[in-house]
Amino acid sequence: MKKNFKIKHYINYIVVAALGILFTVMALTDSFASPLALIQLEKIVIAVLLAVSLSVVVGFLGELSLGHAGFMCVGAYLGGKVSVLLEPVLGNSFPTLLISMAVGGVVAAAFGVIIGLPALRLRGDYLAIVTLAFGEIVRSIFMNSSRETFGGSLGLATPRFDKKYLFMVGFVMVLICLAVIQNMMKSKHGRAITSIRDSEIAARATGINVTKYKLIVFTVSSFFAGIAGVLYSFSNNNVQSTNFSYNYSIEILVMVVLGGMGSINGSIIAATLITFLDIKLQTILTGNLAVLQDFIYAIVLILIVIYNNAPGLKNFREKYNLQSLINKIAKGMQNPAKRRDDEAKWHRVPTKIEIDEVLSTKIQRDPTTSIKPDKGGND
Amino acid sequence: MSKTVLKIENLGITFGGLKAVQHLNLEVKEKQLYGLVGPNGAGKTTVFNMLTGVYKPTEGQFFLDGENLTGKSQELINHKGIARTFQNIRLFNNMSVINNVLVGLHNQPEFKCGFFTSVFRFPRHFKAEKAMRERAKEILRIVGLEEERNNLSCNLPYGKQRKLEIARALATNPKLLLLDEPAAGMNPQETADLMSIVRHIRDEYNMTILLIEHDMKFVSGLCDEVTVLNFGTVLAQGETKTALNDPEVVKAYIGG
Repeated sequence: MKKNFKIKHYINYIVVAALGILFTVMALTDSFASPLALIQLEKIVIAVLLAVSLSVVVGFLGELSLGHAGFMCVGAYLGGKVSVLLEPVLGNSFPTLLISMAVGGVVAAAFGVIIGLPALRLRGDYLAIVTLAFGEIVRSIFMNSSRETFGGSLGLATPRFDKKYLFMVGFVMVLICLAVIQNMMKSKHGRAITSIRDSEIAARATGINVTKYKLIVFTVSSFFAGIAGVLYSFSNNNVQSTNFSYNYSIEILVMVVLGGMGSINGSIIAATLITFLDIKLQTILTGNLAVLQDFIYAIVLILIVIYNNAPGLKNFREKYNLQSLINKIAKGMQNPAKRRDDEAKWHRVPTKIEIDEVLSTKIQRDPTTSIKPDKGGND
Repeated sequence: MSKTVLKIENLGITFGGLKAVQHLNLEVKEKQLYGLVGPNGAGKTTVFNMLTGVYKPTEGQFFLDGENLTGKSQELINHKGIARTFQNIRLFNNMSVINNVLVGLHNQPEFKCGFFTSVFRFPRHFKAEKAMRERAKEILRIVGLEEERNNLSCNLPYGKQRKLEIARALATNPKLLLLDEPAAGMNPQETADLMSIVRHIRDEYNMTILLIEHDMKFVSGLCDEVTVLNFGTVLAQGETKTALNDPEVVKAYIGG
């Protein structure tokens, strides 16, 4: 029992690490069907990083941010620029990647503080507008930069980094991001953050430093968005400002919302599935059918949302969800004698006859209670 | 005579042209149970909001243990030792009962644990976390919610939510506890229960308590002294029985 409890806490690390190792082995033994697979993996890893980092702001602090791609953009350009500057000195080596990731992350985090400051005064829709504007401003600044600094509208060409290793770095970053955010949320600081979401007035009255925690959340979130941006710049070899439009911010937000607000694991799963879907549609529907890509993508999103939230499907959801699947597997792993015992216990409780009995007695009881006061009145 | 914990001097606030509260003077002594009563709209909650920094008073000052806290931020006032509950319950609804209390313990120096200590899971984090949980359970025991500590706070019945708010306020280790209509929406049994809890808190923790209440039984059974407000001004002040029987007060409540 106690052991189970612990595994539950670390299951996401284990799954991510296992997948990371699996893909690493596959990459090193060249067992991927096409070289494209590595780039697609990177895309997924980047999406997971972005979704997890945004989920802190949206799911835990309860603020709507529509500028996540803006932070990513800052990270991508700054990290890319640093790598260009470092290339003559260190080459396409691991240190180049590390240093540019650090720079990209820290600068993005600094922008997180800058955008976090107005967030202290604004809430809800208004903050969403500010972050949206921030993302667009950042994008247009980089777009209009001169060719020597950030490449302007042509984009910034970044050095080639061995694809085999890049996605491994991505997996490690996802693990670090998970650890930081999960540890943060499962501590007194995380409780302070969720308390602000539930009632800012009560949080203040309880002595929570709302200013500090909002800034912390924006800083952490934009730091990892910046790192995702650096990975992106290495993965694409070319940073184009048009890729960071608010469309992309909203796509990340969709991942967080689909994964369930306040659920880190949900964000990971949603980010993986949506990116996977996007990639698959792009490869399957080519030529004339390419117009259908967005169409099918949107329909799938609508179906997922309906499946997740429609009241009519509640019973179906409860019967066939991930949790019950895990329970079933766990049950299968128990020793057979105990399992039979458990099943017997389970079946004994809610038989239909018993339920009918309960219902019928209630119906009988109701009239008597309503008659009683009448009698008293007649007396 | 015991020392004065809260001293309010000529406190007042105006919203536009409306004088919500004016010329309020009162003194709450240590370990005292002080009542603030008055008809609806008299400005009682406004006084609480000024004392906790939600509103900045436009005139006058108030002192906690001789320290002027007028116009300070809500967080600072809480750190200095004023905690409150809300008239319309404001719990952290999507958090468990014990987490609500743990948020209240956030600033206690004995559970100090920096951001990076928690993120990198240094031993200090586990130590602080364990001690916090123990303390939170203790506080929940006082208000009788220990059994329900793992429930979501929004699933508690109304009376228990009020108690949880008191527990959360208590967790911040205040010198002065402000209770805004603690017995509202409670049945007589729960009210009696709450009275004994409030008394227990006063006696056990040497707490000074200032409360707003409409239930006159509750006030007269609990408070040593009251201030009666009407339309933002003081109508009567003094020992509970005499103040509540003041003809002006009776007139304000019953009309006439």
